[in-house]
Amino acid sequence: MSSVTALGRLLRTTAFKLIAAYLVAFAIFAASVIAYLGWHTQRLVISQATEAIENEAQILAEQYRVGGINRLASIVGRRSRQPGAGLYLLTTFTGENLAGNVLNLPLSFMDSEGWKEIDYVRSEESGGHTSRALVKVVFLPGEFRLLIGRDVVEREELRRIIIRPALWGLVVLVLMGVAGGLFVTRRVLKRIDQMTATSETIMTGDLSGRLAVAGTGDEFDRLALSLNAMLERIEALMAGLKQVTDNVAHDLKTPLTRLRNRAEDALRTATTDAQWRAATEQTIEESDNLIRIFNALLMIARAEAGQARAGMVPFDLAETASSVAELYEPLAEEKGLGFVVEAEGPLMVRGVRELIGQALSNLVDNAIKYCCPDTPDGVSRTVRVVAERVGEQARIVVADQGAGIPEADRVRVLERFVRLEASRSRPGSGLGLSLVAAVVHLHGGSIVLEDNAPGLRVVILLPLENPAG
Amino acid sequence: MAYMVMTQEPAFSTLTLDDLAFGRGGVKRNAEEDIMRLLVVEDDRAAADYLRKAFREAGYVVDHAADGDEGLTLALGGGYDALIVDRMLPRRDGLALIAELRARGDKTPTIILSALGQVDDRVTGLRAGGDDYLPKPYAFSELLARVEALVRRGGPQATDTLYRVGDLELDRLAHRVTRAGQEIVLQPREFRLLEYLMRHAGQVVTRTMLLENVWDYHFDPQTNVIDVHVSRLRSKIDKGFEPPLLHTVRGAGYVIRDGAR
Repeated sequence: MSSVTALGRLLRTTAFKLIAAYLVAFAIFAASVIAYLGWHTQRLVISQATEAIENEAQILAEQYRVGGINRLASIVGRRSRQPGAGLYLLTTFTGENLAGNVLNLPLSFMDSEGWKEIDYVRSEESGGHTSRALVKVVFLPGEFRLLIGRDVVEREELRRIIIRPALWGLVVLVLMGVAGGLFVTRRVLKRIDQMTATSETIMTGDLSGRLAVAGTGDEFDRLALSLNAMLERIEALMAGLKQVTDNVAHDLKTPLTRLRNRAEDALRTATTDAQWRAATEQTIEESDNLIRIFNALLMIARAEAGQARAGMVPFDLAETASSVAELYEPLAEEKGLGFVVEAEGPLMVRGVRELIGQALSNLVDNAIKYCCPDTPDGVSRTVRVVAERVGEQARIVVADQGAGIPEADRVRVLERFVRLEASRSRPGSGLGLSLVAAVVHLHGGSIVLEDNAPGLRVVILLPLENPAG
Repeated sequence: MAYMVMTQEPAFSTLTLDDLAFGRGGVKRNAEEDIMRLLVVEDDRAAADYLRKAFREAGYVVDHAADGDEGLTLALGGGYDALIVDRMLPRRDGLALIAELRARGDKTPTIILSALGQVDDRVTGLRAGGDDYLPKPYAFSELLARVEALVRRGGPQATDTLYRVGDLELDRLAHRVTRAGQEIVLQPREFRLLEYLMRHAGQVVTRTMLLENVWDYHFDPQTNVIDVHVSRLRSKIDKGFEPPLLHTVRGAGYVIRDGAR
C-alpha cells in the first residue's frame, strides 16, 4: 500500500511530469522520423524497380522489332533462367505460354496493359514461397503479350531492417526515459523529503535544527543555505524575545508589586486625608513609571522590528542634535555643569526624527545625570554634544566627565534592562541605552562606547543621505 | 476638583484648578449659553463612565456613544464643541469615523485616544483628520488641558500679532516682550514658550503640550526638562513684578493668567 502511494507521489511530482511531457514529445518526433524514413525507402525501391522494368521493356521491344517473336522468346527464355532474375512471361493473345518463369498466372491477368503488383511463386524454387513483385504488362505488335517484373520483396526486407529496430529502439528509449525520470525524480524527491522532514522537526519546536547541505553547490544547497540563514535569524529573534519577556516580567513585576504594596499599606494604615492623598499620589507616580517602561519597551521592539523604515524621511541631524541639546542645556546649567554644543549643519540623514531625537535625548539625559560625581572635586565638569561630518557619515558624540563605564561593561549596557550596580539607586528603566542602540541599528548606523578619560563618550555613526552633495 | 496649590514656589503659584478656566462655574463659563458640549466615543464602559464623570465635574455637558456608528450619528447631529474618539471602536473604527465626518464637512475639533502611541500611529491619526492625539494611558488632567486648548473661545486668534496678559505684552511681529513697559530679553526658544503659553492664557498647558508645540517632539524626555525651561522663563517675566503671572498647577502643568482679574 505504502509503495503504491510512494509511486503515486513520485508520479505527481513536477520533475516527473516534466520528464513525461518531454518523453511524449520526443516519442512523437522519433516516430515521425521513422515513418518518413520508411516511406522514403519504399519509394526509392519502387522507383528503382519501375526504372529497371521500363528499361528492359524497351530493350525487349527493340529485340522483338529486330528479330521477331522467336528471337524475343529465346532472349526471354535465357533471361528468365538466370539466377536472381526478374519475372518474365511471354504469351500469345490466347494465353499460350511462349517463354518465361511465371507460373499459375490467372489468364485474365495478361488481358490488360499497365502496372500491377502481384504475389507469385517462383518457378525455380520447388518448395517456393510466395513473393511480391511489381510487374508491367506490355502488348507487342502481333498480338503477343509480354510481362516484365521485378521482385520488390526487398521493400519488405528494408522495412524489416529499418523500421522494426527503430520502433524497438523507440520503445526502449521510452522505457529508459521513464526509468530515468523516475530515478531523477526520486532523487529530487528524496532531498525535498529530507528538507520537509527537517523543517517539520523544526516546526515542532526544535529551532536549533538545520537543513543538511550536501556541499555540491547546487540549487538545493543554495535553498538549504538560505533557509538555514532564515532559521538562524528566527532563532536569534526568538531568543531575544524570550530574553525580553523574562526581563519584562521581572522589571514590570517589581514596580507592580511596589504599587500593590503601597495601596495595601494605605488601605491598612492611612487614616487622615493627607495620608490617603500621599498614598494615591505615590500610586499614580508608580504607574506613570510603569507606563514609561512599557512605552520604552514598545519603542525598542518597534525599532528592532524595522517597522518604522517605511516612514523614514531625510532630515537635518545637526538641527536635531542642537535642538535636543538646547532642550537639556538649562538642566546642565542648573547642575553646575559646563555644556558645549558643536553642531555644524546641515547633516542630512534619512530616518525618523522623533526616534533619533529620543535617542539623543536619552544620551544627553544620561550624560547630565551621570556627569556629576558624588564628591565634588572643584574641577568644573563638562558635557559635550558634537554633530559633525566624517567622510560619508554623520558622527554624533555625546561625552560626559562622570564616572564612565568600565570597559568590560560597555557592550553589555546596550542590552535591555542592564543597569550597572553603581546606577541602581538612580531613577531610570535601564532601557535608555538599549533604545539608543535599537534606534541606531534601525537607521543602519553603529554605536560605540568609549572612555572619555574621565567619563563616557558615546559615538554614533549614521550614513549620510547624500554624501556627495 | 481635588487639586492642591503647588507648594514648592508659593510666591508664584497661588492657584488651584478650581480657580481656572475649566473649574466648575469657572471664570470663563458663567453664561448659560456658553456651556461646552462634548461627545465621548469610547467602547470601554468603565473608561467612558470615568470620562463622563470627570468632564461633568469640569463643567462640561457630556454625551456618550459606545460604538463608531452611534458616534457618527450623534456627531452628525451636531452641536458639540469637541469630540473625544477612541481609536479602536466596534462597528466603525475611530479613524474611519473622523474621516467620514471630515468628508461631510464637519470640522468639530477632535481628540483621538489610542493605545497605539508610536510616532507613525500619531501621524496616521492626525492625517485622518484628528486635531490632537493622546496615547493611552493618559492623565485626565492632560486630556482636559488638551480639550480646553481645542474648544477655547475668545482667546487670542492665530492672526493676532499682540498677546497681552495683565501688563505683560508679547509682540509676535517685532519679537519683543515687555512687562509694565519694560523690555524683557528672551532667547528664541523662551520667546516661543511664552508665545504658546500666552496664546492659551487662562488655560492649563501641560508639559507634554509644551514639548510638542514648542520643541516639536513627542517623546518622553525622562527628566522634567520643561520645568527648568519654564522656571527660567518665569525668572525673567515674573521676578521683580507683581502680581506673578506664570503659575504652576500641580499635577497638571502651567498656566499664564492675570491673577488680579
